[in-house]
Amino acid sequence: MEKNVVLVDYGLGNLFSISQAFKKTGVTPVISSDIRDLLQATHIVLPGVGAFGDAMTNLKQLGLISPLLEKVSSGTPLLGVCLGMQLLFEASEEYGVHQGLGLIKGGIKRFPNEIDSKKLRVPNIGWLGIEHADNEKSLKGIPSGEFMYFVHSYYTTPDDSEDVLTTTVYQGFEYCSSVSKNNIVGFQFHPEKSGQSGLKLYDNFINNF
Amino acid sequence: MKTVRIIPRLDIKGPNLVKGIHLEGLRVLGKPEDFAQYYYENGADELIYQDVVASLYERNSLKDIISATAKNIFIPLTVGGGIRTQEDIKEILRAGADKVSINTAAVKNPTFIQQASRRFGSSTIVVAIEAIRQPDGKYFIFTDNGREYTGIDAIEWAAQVESLGAGELSVTSVDNEGTGKGLDLELVKRISDSVSIPVIAHGGIGSAKHMAEANVKCSVDAFAVSSILHYDFIKQALHNRAYETEGNIDFLLSGRTKGNIETIGIPDLKNYLNREGISCRV
Repeated sequence: MEKNVVLVDYGLGNLFSISQAFKKTGVTPVISSDIRDLLQATHIVLPGVGAFGDAMTNLKQLGLISPLLEKVSSGTPLLGVCLGMQLLFEASEEYGVHQGLGLIKGGIKRFPNEIDSKKLRVPNIGWLGIEHADNEKSLKGIPSGEFMYFVHSYYTTPDDSEDVLTTTVYQGFEYCSSVSKNNIVGFQFHPEKSGQSGLKLYDNFINNF
Repeated sequence: MKTVRIIPRLDIKGPNLVKGIHLEGLRVLGKPEDFAQYYYENGADELIYQDVVASLYERNSLKDIISATAKNIFIPLTVGGGIRTQEDIKEILRAGADKVSINTAAVKNPTFIQQASRRFGSSTIVVAIEAIRQPDGKYFIFTDNGREYTGIDAIEWAAQVESLGAGELSVTSVDNEGTGKGLDLELVKRISDSVSIPVIAHGGIGSAKHMAEANVKCSVDAFAVSSILHYDFIKQALHNRAYETEGNIDFLLSGRTKGNIETIGIPDLKNYLNREGISCRV
C-alpha cells in the first residue's frame, strides 16, 4: 500500500527535522494543517515543542481534533513525538490544567526539583537509555538501553501500566519515556535527533504499522 | 543515570569554520559542513554553530549552512550569534536549528528571553554567558564576543535569566577561551551551583583531562569543545588527503597547533571520560 504520512502542522515543533528524518526512511511526509490531507493519511505524526495548552488551543482552532480522533479510532496509526506524546493523554498540569486528546489514560507532571535531596536539573536535556522488556514492533532492532535524545520538563504518568512501552531513569528518577496502545505510539524523546537509532524508530512506524 | 554531553562548537565566519583566541584573532580551519558530518558520525551529542561575525549580509550563508546540516545530521543543533529579534529566532529555527543561543540581545533587553521562551519553548532558548574575571574575583559578563563591558555580575545574571525562562546556559570564560589552559572552574561552579537548569561549560578546554577535572569539582551537564576536536579532525583529514580549505595550508600541514592543545577524537574522548567515571553516550 502507498504510504501517505501526514505531519500535523499546528504551529509548534521542528517540522523540518522530523520531515528530513522520514525522508531518510524513504517517505516524504505531507506537512499540513488541512483536514482533507489528514483524512487521506495512512500514518499520522503529531510533533510538538512548547506548551501543552497552546498546542491544544491551536489544534482546536484548526478544527483538527475530531478528524484526528476519528482517524485513530478507524485504525490509522498515530505517532506522537515529545509534546505530541503528551497530547495523547487526558490532561496536563503545565501552566494550569488543560485537557488533552484523551487517547491514553493518565496525566502529565513536572519533574521534581530534587531527588534524594540532590538537585534535579530541569529541563532534562540530553541522551538517556530507553529500557524495555518486550519485543514490540515499534522497537524492532532497538536493544533495551539504547540512547535517545530527550528535552523536556514534564513527563507522562499513564494509569495503565500496559500502555508503557519504555521507561527511562534521569538522575535516579524513573519515568515513562514512551507509550503504545493498539495503533497509537508516543515517544517522549526525539527520534529525529537521536542519530541512526532514532531513524530506525521512524522506519518501524512506517513499515510495521 | 545522567550522561554528560560532548558538544563540538563550530565558530563560523561567512562560509568558513574559524577558531580564535579569547573569541578574537580568527584563523580559517575549513568548511563547517565537513567538520559537522565527521563529528556526527563519530558520536557528537549535539553541535553548536556560533556565527562570530554575525553581519547582516552574511546571514544567508549561515542559514544555508544550517539547512545543509539539518538534512543529514540527526543530532540537535544550537545556533548563536547576531540574534536580535524574535523574528531572527523564528528564521534560524525554520532553517533547521533546534535551539538558539542568545547573549547581547538578552543583556540589552532581559524581557527578550521571557518573550522567546514563551513563544518557542524554554528548552529552545540557551543563554550564552561570556564572563571575564575581575581583579577582585568577581565575574562580569561581556557582550559582542567579549568586547563590550556591561558591569553585570555573571552569577546574578545566571539566576536572573533562569527565572526569565532560559532553558539552558552556556558559560564561557573569555579569559581562557582558545588558550587550552583549562576551564575556569570557579566560574562554572559558581554558576552551576546557583541555577537548576543545565549548564554547558566552554572556554579553555585543551585536553580530555580538563573535562575529567571539571566534573570532579562541579556539576557540568555538557562540554562545548573546539580546538582539541578541530585539530584532530584536520590531522585525520590531511592524512587522508581529502581536505580542502581556504585556510593557511602550510600552517595546518606543519602539524603545529596551539601550544597547549592535546588533540583527541570524540570516541577516544568519551572512552576516556567513561573510564574516569563520567558517563557519556558511546
